Amino acid sequence: MNYQFNWKLVLTGEYGQWLLDGLSVTLQISAMSIVFSLLLGTIVTVLRLTRVKPLEWLSLAYTEFFRNTPLVVQIFFWYFGSDPFLPGFFKEWLYQQNIEFAAGVIALTVYTSAFIAEEIRAGILSIPKTQLEASRASGLSFLQAMGYVILPQAFRIIVPPLISQFLNLIKNSSMVMTIGVAELTYMARQIEAHTFHGFEAFTASTVIYICISLVVSFAITLYDKHFLRRVRY
Amino acid sequence: MAMIEIRSLNKWFGDFQVLKNVNQSVEKGEVLVICGPSGSGKSTFIRCINRLEDFQQGAIQLEGKDIKSPEMNVNTLRTEIGIVFQQFNLYPHLTVLKNVTLAPIKVKKVRREEAETTALQLLDRVGIHDQALKYPAELSGGQQQRVAIARALAMRPKVMLFDEPTSALDPEMINEVLNVMKDLARDGMTMLCVTHEMGFAREVADRIIFMDGGEILEEAPPSEFFKNPRHERTRAFLKEIL
Ligand SMILES: Nc1ncnc2c1ncn2[C@@H]1O[C@H](COP(=O)(O)OP(=O)(O)OP(=O)(O)O)[C@@H](O)[C@H]1O
Ligand SMILES: [Mg+2]
Repeated sequence: MNYQFNWKLVLTGEYGQWLLDGLSVTLQISAMSIVFSLLLGTIVTVLRLTRVKPLEWLSLAYTEFFRNTPLVVQIFFWYFGSDPFLPGFFKEWLYQQNIEFAAGVIALTVYTSAFIAEEIRAGILSIPKTQLEASRASGLSFLQAMGYVILPQAFRIIVPPLISQFLNLIKNSSMVMTIGVAELTYMARQIEAHTFHGFEAFTASTVIYICISLVVSFAITLYDKHFLRRVRY
Repeated sequence: MAMIEIRSLNKWFGDFQVLKNVNQSVEKGEVLVICGPSGSGKSTFIRCINRLEDFQQGAIQLEGKDIKSPEMNVNTLRTEIGIVFQQFNLYPHLTVLKNVTLAPIKVKKVRREEAETTALQLLDRVGIHDQALKYPAELSGGQQQRVAIARALAMRPKVMLFDEPTSALDPEMINEVLNVMKDLARDGMTMLCVTHEMGFAREVADRIIFMDGGEILEEAPPSEFFKNPRHERTRAFLKEIL
């Protein structure tokens, strides 16, 4: 085997720029999906706990459905198959956007939110029922009690599993390359096709994924230690 | 008009009848002490008053208004009735000050500065002014329970419910909490207290009721209640706890 390593070719110049562009798309798609999946996951969990039967069933169906179908299928669904279901005005708006990117964010958000909802629910169930009782007894509504008393405590408990959900999401974001989103893995693949230096390209992307994961988990842990404790209202 | 009027209250948990034809009328400023053996329905009884428990039969009125009537919002009702639990149930992620100001700010829409001023006055009144910025876990049990009382008072309730507020406390801390409650009683607060602190009952109760098996078996002013209880089971109970 006389493979000539050429790190310089892949890491600098035009191809280096491709990697950076891919990194930037990966960060954008991950950040947006993390924020949206946290919001959506929280809503889905709270629905589950309202004690209103239809809402509970809706929430249960949602988590079971989206946790138990492959992510790639969901990505394809949102990209190729959702058309008949979307309202006209939304479709028009969507086609003016970067449609691949939007389908990717939606798929990652929906998929991850189903897992996050389960983590949040576990966190809430570990808070003594007397906390909800005390807050309701002081006149807070159900949603106020959730927002000011229960969720802040639950989120603190579930920081470690949430971090691992976020890291999963970042890794899963590589799957949106299948619909042509030019994120990090897609770009590494492109460099390989142009240069035949697949080893360097994929090693570089691997190292970049590891760095993102380390930074994310470190940042959240730090945030947890210093800020999450001080809840504001 | 009575502050609280309870008529023919019956409640079941499944097949089990936990409250049997309970009738009570509590006047403004009156202090009612409720005692009785474990499982007799004392907690369930007072929790019906702020609708922490639902009931199937009977009616409860607060100042003549039915607490279950459609125009009586449950959250509004609860701003008028404070409750203090055996286990304090403070919010562990909030400072003492925020524990006390949360409901006034969020439910009554009081301005923050105003809520904090009131909270500090109340914390002063229960003797823990200097702990306002600590977290509950940094306080002793007696201090936590006094914060819980301040938290309930911050809503300016018309009635205060106490469910065995000293039962979870070390003996040396019981009096600091009872003293706060005695102060409240002297200031004219309407109070319903589930407690086995008979010294407290003797000193501030206007009436004592004894519950057993979901029924009120005996009801009398303290002097009479302790001197000649009429019911056999009251006597047995008093003998055990005195
Ligand atoms: N949510 C519930 N479901 C079913 N049974 C209940 C429930 N809550 C209370 N009970 C039962 O109702 C009865 C009265 O309970 P309650 O807590 O009111 O008694 P108590 O007089 O306050 O007792 P204690 O002194 O132990 O606090 C008990 O037999 C209890 O087991
Ligand atoms: Mg009880």
